[in-house]
Amino acid sequence: MSLDIILSILKENWPSYLHGAYITLLIAVFSTIIGALIGLLIGVVHTIPLRKKSIKAVILKVINFILTVYVEIFRGTPMIVQAMVVFYGLYAYGIEMDRFVAAVVVVGLNTGAYMAEYVRGGIVSIDKGQYEAAAAIGMGHFQTMVHVILPQVFRNILPATGNQLIMNIKDSAVLSVISVTELFFTTKSIAGANFRFAESFIITCFIYLIMTFIASRILRIVEKKMDGQDAYQVQTKKEEPNL
Amino acid sequence: MEKVIDIKHLNKSFGSHEVLRDVNFTVNKGEVVCLIGSSGSGKSTLLRCINLLETPSGGEIIYNGENILDDKHDIKQYRTHLGMVFQQFNLFNNHNVLKNCIVGQQKVLKRSKEEAKTNALKYLQIVGMDQYINAKPRQLSGGQKQRVAIARALAMDPEVMLFDEPTSALDPEMVGEVLKVMRQLADEGHTMLIVTHEMEFAREVSDRVVFMDKGVIVEEGSPEQVLVNPKQERTKEFLKRTLKQ
Repeated sequence: MSLDIILSILKENWPSYLHGAYITLLIAVFSTIIGALIGLLIGVVHTIPLRKKSIKAVILKVINFILTVYVEIFRGTPMIVQAMVVFYGLYAYGIEMDRFVAAVVVVGLNTGAYMAEYVRGGIVSIDKGQYEAAAAIGMGHFQTMVHVILPQVFRNILPATGNQLIMNIKDSAVLSVISVTELFFTTKSIAGANFRFAESFIITCFIYLIMTFIASRILRIVEKKMDGQDAYQVQTKKEEPNL
Repeated sequence: MEKVIDIKHLNKSFGSHEVLRDVNFTVNKGEVVCLIGSSGSGKSTLLRCINLLETPSGGEIIYNGENILDDKHDIKQYRTHLGMVFQQFNLFNNHNVLKNCIVGQQKVLKRSKEEAKTNALKYLQIVGMDQYINAKPRQLSGGQKQRVAIARALAMDPEVMLFDEPTSALDPEMVGEVLKVMRQLADEGHTMLIVTHEMEFAREVSDRVVFMDKGVIVEEGSPEQVLVNPKQERTKEFLKRTLKQ
């Protein structure tokens, strides 16, 4: 194993590596966004207050049950197995999904299952006084969620979402089982052609590291931005207030 | 006198624990009423029942002639007529001072942004917080938060202001600034219902003092009657205990 060999592999195959990294990143970003949206939706539905006995309450209970089943299945089985079941399962029924789309769907549903719990936790952790204050000025459940609770939840779940993005960058490697040309699958092809497994994968290792490192830095910056400045400006009479 | 809120035979229990028992009382227009009593006497629960943050177990709450406990009554609409100030301030943590006073006007009363802003600034000036409109709640002291909370409630132009122990969570040195604002509102003729432990303040500002104990109204009348020459034994005992401290 020498640096020369690594460099020559890189020189020969850099477009393939780059393309693999690009696909990995696409899968990770899309699936994290989809997962966050699913999680948000489930979290909000799970926390709708149940009112007495009505048809609405019964429907809500059924929906909650279905959502719980979804969460348990996706949290409780390996993603690699889910990928096989979704892709080849649909294939057996004559539905041939685009491999990239299948990958995003599987990772997205997986992320959603985890995010649902984070969001629920984020909503539950908001002080009861925030709900009461909103109710006291006449807001309904939906308005309270949109204008008061969810903006605070977003901030609370941001670190967890970042974690999920980093996990998705790494874990999308298992999608090579359905032949998505992401970074791991690409490296396997490269190594299969040159028989230099160690060197080929060391390059891959670094590419993953760079991607996750940059992702975590970017998230840190976003967090800081959301928190705003520690100082505030004392308003003098003439200035127009910012809204 | 014009009755704004008229409470008849109000009951409230949490499980088997009765917190309010057959409470009857009224708030008239322009009147400042102070609710006093020891902790657990039900005075906060009574206040919270009035704007339905707690659902009464029985009785009637008549607001301007209508029983708001009717199933048909629009609770959200009713609540906009009552301004609520909490012990723990409960400012919206995600909004700055100005936005706290605007969001309700815009989203619930459907006022334009301009109108809401003008109105919010007017009341922020009254409570002396107009210089801090860009500050987030976490950057303010307790007294400042409570003054913003008062402005937020006033900005909805409510008919009645409800105060739930507004100074109990404050450091002693900040109590004064909040009471000063409340005194000013009382002088301006706002209808106010105040749950408080500040006996001196209650004596100065209120038109009527209501003493509660164990979920019932024991005595009510002018500050003189209740705080200086109480008739009931329980009131005397309570006053002896609080004034000793």
